[in-house]
Amino acid sequence: MVNFMITGTIFKIKKFAIHDGPGIRTTLFLKGCPMSCWWCHNPEGQKFESEKMIKGENGSNQNEWVGREMTVSEVIREIEKDIIFYDESGGGATFSGGEPLSQPDFVDQLIIECKKKEINTLLDTTGFAPSDIFLNLSRKVDFLFFDLKLINDKEHIKYTGISNRLVLENLKMISKDKKRPSIHIRFPVIPGITDTNGNPERLAEFVKSLDTIQHIDILPYHNIANGKYQRLGMENKLAGLKPPGNSEVETVMSIFKSYGFSVKSGG
Amino acid sequence: MNDRIRKLREQSLKAKPKLSAERAELITEFYKSGVSMKEPVPVQRALAFKFILENKAICINDGELVVGERGPAPKATPTYPEVCIHSIKDLEVLDAREKVAFECDESTKKIYRDEIIPFWQGKSIREKIFSHMSGKWEDAYQAGIFTEFQEQRSPGHTVLGDKIYSKGFEELKNEIDISLQNLDYHHDAKALDKAEQLRAMNIAAAAMIVYAGRYGNELNRLAKSENDPARKDELLTMAGICCHVPAKPPRTFWEALQYYWFVHVGVITELNPWDSFNPGRLDQHLYPFYEKEIRSGSMDRERVMELLQAFWIKFNNHPSPPKTGVTAKESNTYVDFSLINLGGLKRDNTDAVNELSYLILDVVEEMRLLQPSSMIQLSKKNPDRFIKRALKIIRTGFGQPSIFNADSIVQELVRQGKTIEDARDGGASGCVETGAFGRECYILTGYFNLPKIFEITLNNGVDPRTERQIGLQTGNPRDFETYESLFDAYAKQVTFFIDIKIRGNNIIERINAKYMPVPFLSLLIDDCIQNGMDYNAGGARYNTSYIQGVGLGSITDSLTSIKYNVFDKELLSMDEMLCAMTDDFEGHNDLKRRLLDNTPKYGNDNDYADSVMKDIFELFYRAVNKRPNAKGGMHRINLLPTTSHVYFGSVTGAMPDGRKAHAPLSEGISPVQGADLNGPTAVIKSAGKIDHIRTGGTLLNQKFIPQVIEDQEGMNKLTHLVRSYFKMDGHHIQFNVVSSDVLKDAQNNPDDYRDLIVRVAGYSDYFVDLTSELQKEIINRTEHDGF
Repeated sequence: MVNFMITGTIFKIKKFAIHDGPGIRTTLFLKGCPMSCWWCHNPEGQKFESEKMIKGENGSNQNEWVGREMTVSEVIREIEKDIIFYDESGGGATFSGGEPLSQPDFVDQLIIECKKKEINTLLDTTGFAPSDIFLNLSRKVDFLFFDLKLINDKEHIKYTGISNRLVLENLKMISKDKKRPSIHIRFPVIPGITDTNGNPERLAEFVKSLDTIQHIDILPYHNIANGKYQRLGMENKLAGLKPPGNSEVETVMSIFKSYGFSVKSGG
Repeated sequence: MNDRIRKLREQSLKAKPKLSAERAELITEFYKSGVSMKEPVPVQRALAFKFILENKAICINDGELVVGERGPAPKATPTYPEVCIHSIKDLEVLDAREKVAFECDESTKKIYRDEIIPFWQGKSIREKIFSHMSGKWEDAYQAGIFTEFQEQRSPGHTVLGDKIYSKGFEELKNEIDISLQNLDYHHDAKALDKAEQLRAMNIAAAAMIVYAGRYGNELNRLAKSENDPARKDELLTMAGICCHVPAKPPRTFWEALQYYWFVHVGVITELNPWDSFNPGRLDQHLYPFYEKEIRSGSMDRERVMELLQAFWIKFNNHPSPPKTGVTAKESNTYVDFSLINLGGLKRDNTDAVNELSYLILDVVEEMRLLQPSSMIQLSKKNPDRFIKRALKIIRTGFGQPSIFNADSIVQELVRQGKTIEDARDGGASGCVETGAFGRECYILTGYFNLPKIFEITLNNGVDPRTERQIGLQTGNPRDFETYESLFDAYAKQVTFFIDIKIRGNNIIERINAKYMPVPFLSLLIDDCIQNGMDYNAGGARYNTSYIQGVGLGSITDSLTSIKYNVFDKELLSMDEMLCAMTDDFEGHNDLKRRLLDNTPKYGNDNDYADSVMKDIFELFYRAVNKRPNAKGGMHRINLLPTTSHVYFGSVTGAMPDGRKAHAPLSEGISPVQGADLNGPTAVIKSAGKIDHIRTGGTLLNQKFIPQVIEDQEGMNKLTHLVRSYFKMDGHHIQFNVVSSDVLKDAQNNPDDYRDLIVRVAGYSDYFVDLTSELQKEIINRTEHDGF
């Protein structure tokens, strides 16, 4: 039985999400993330609690609340509203964040209910979660978008705040699992951080060794979130960093392509 | 496009709209001469038409392949003093105004001062109309409750069917003779009226053959002095075409185009119908000619393109006749609403998309002209590649073609009583209006300001702008104890004003039937010849009068706001709301923010607001639908504004949804500007709750910047979006791909653009949510893309 009264904290529900998986989707952004990546473009999704953010740009003195508690039944009602678009386009619901696996019971109930209603599901995760939780939820969804950032653990700790050991282990596990969903690796191109020192090659080798994963999505860094850092009063460690140019992105893509992956830029 | 087309296109683009006194002089000369004094009105009109066609200048532009101009030169635009006299002041305004101007030199003004104005003063339809309207009508009209389409333009707004592609005018004349022979003077009290009407049609048909012949002669003359052998040949061929059509049915693609164009010029010379005229289902009508010639090799694809492009330019040479006053405000544009329909369904209910549908889309893309407008009719039976081809043009930011639901159009027409076959032959014209092409007289009668009437309701029948009592006294709104009693008062006011409008419509329809028949247009629309009746008098097979509701989003949000804030949540009293509105929200900033940010709004798939919208729809529908018109048909509703939402907004004070006084109203069935915060699927869900099938057309605009649909995947998803809307029976959707100017405006006025979606980098977001640097970057990028 689905428990419709379980609640979770969500900081955004985005409809007509057309870059978060196949078809027209509704993306749920779950609040709270164990990582704190320097390049995070949803910094308002990092803290687990609701928080205040200055509304708009240009020194406004009004605040808005980011994050609100919703029940499973409320969220499902929102997701269901766009069923006609999912049916037409082969879309569905995407669970993103923050880190959706950090609210496992809530997300579990949502996924079960979506399945029951034949709504396509996609889990967009950092992969950082206890393995039993990760495995349980990954097996239930139709698509898994799995972020891989840095293969060197020291670097990973420096730039994300945590070790990548559990992340890599989880990916290995799901890649061998008989009930695995369709998996896409999501690789952020952060100039001077993820695209150097042989990082793309070594990541490619690692994924190649898992044998079952074909798709790599390249996500070029963008300074879109600069304003949000300011409005949240958070330090933006990459404030001056310029987005990679086309040729830099092409270079990274060709590295992954040379390993035989199907590579795409953007979501 | 080749050099010839490039030159003709340049000429058309560069030509400045200019007033031409030619037609006004000719018609004045004709009526002054008194030659037709003894004839009945229809025959007088036909003889006047004949006089104009026999004497107006022949205009053959260098390199042209399709000939015939309404004026003596491209964009030389006539006036129609028998319908509407332009005063010297009007001419000065037309000449000087910043937007939609018409050049008018001193010599033209002199002709109007000395000849045209003195003769027509007191005789025009416009004067007749105003003298017949009641004080109540006048008050409502002045207050901006509704507009009147026929006060400066004659009733037109129809579309040609397939008749001319198989019948020449000689055959139409035979049909007239048969109708004349069949008149039963023993039993039909109207037999004489019919005979007069048929005689007028006969004269008009002959006049058109003469007019074409004049072109034939001139082309022959030009051929003689032409040195370029290729052009000489061409001129001789064209002379041959003009001597063949319209007298006889067309044999070739070229003849079919020239035939239509003569007919078009005829309709817009006879009078200034609104909308002008329209070939409608062009890909269907021309396909048999296309197929035959391509198969036989008598023409290749390039030649087809060239001819179509030459044809396109002819439309662009013909701006809408000059409009002044309220009429200019409600439709402030040069566009004269010839809307080419492509795709859809055939009469036998099969997929109508053919090779020519795609080829015409190529023409639309390459020509990028303001006129003609173009649209695709998309049926569930049409392939996805058809809409994707259209989207590729739309994403260039051209605003054309718009996308219509062919299956809904058929249902709408059948619901109105058309046969299923006639419905499948139909389509949409003007902006979005449904019609049975070739068989229906369907006219727009005026826009109807739904929010203004609410303002009047909240003032117990008084218009606060003029402090005059123009509505009913439905009670002081502060005394209403429930939302239902407020809605009830609003319903009474709406019905009151609809009654005034319909009474006016029926008088105006009779004025046009009696004094301004259109024998030439009547030749073209079934079954005027068989019925022996004029198009303006109910001769067509179907007769529909539309009233166009405006401001659905604004009125929904206003009623919703009072329901929610005053009655349900009791957050403020009616008095506080009314005071804030009187102050135009100055000094009520917190309340304004509450109204803008924390009140349910239409366009967000929110049932609270959307159910109010449905109540308003039902109210408007019940007030209008099936009310008899003066042509044996009925009144129906549709929901579209052209530019009237700006005019109506300018006469409407602050509203309970937080809208400031005089700001534009919402347009079509789109949400209030910036009120939709949940993206296009939510807008479409809200709009999908309207019962489109019970309208004669609705208009939904969505803004995007081109990057949203720059790749195949974006295109696929937009296709899915449209298909989903059409599953809900949505009538029409248009994607505004916005320019950098709009983006700059959005930067300065973020509240107005909260719904604007932009593609950022691998994903899309709301423009106003982006940092100012990123906004700048996107503006630059858009400009870089050629805007």
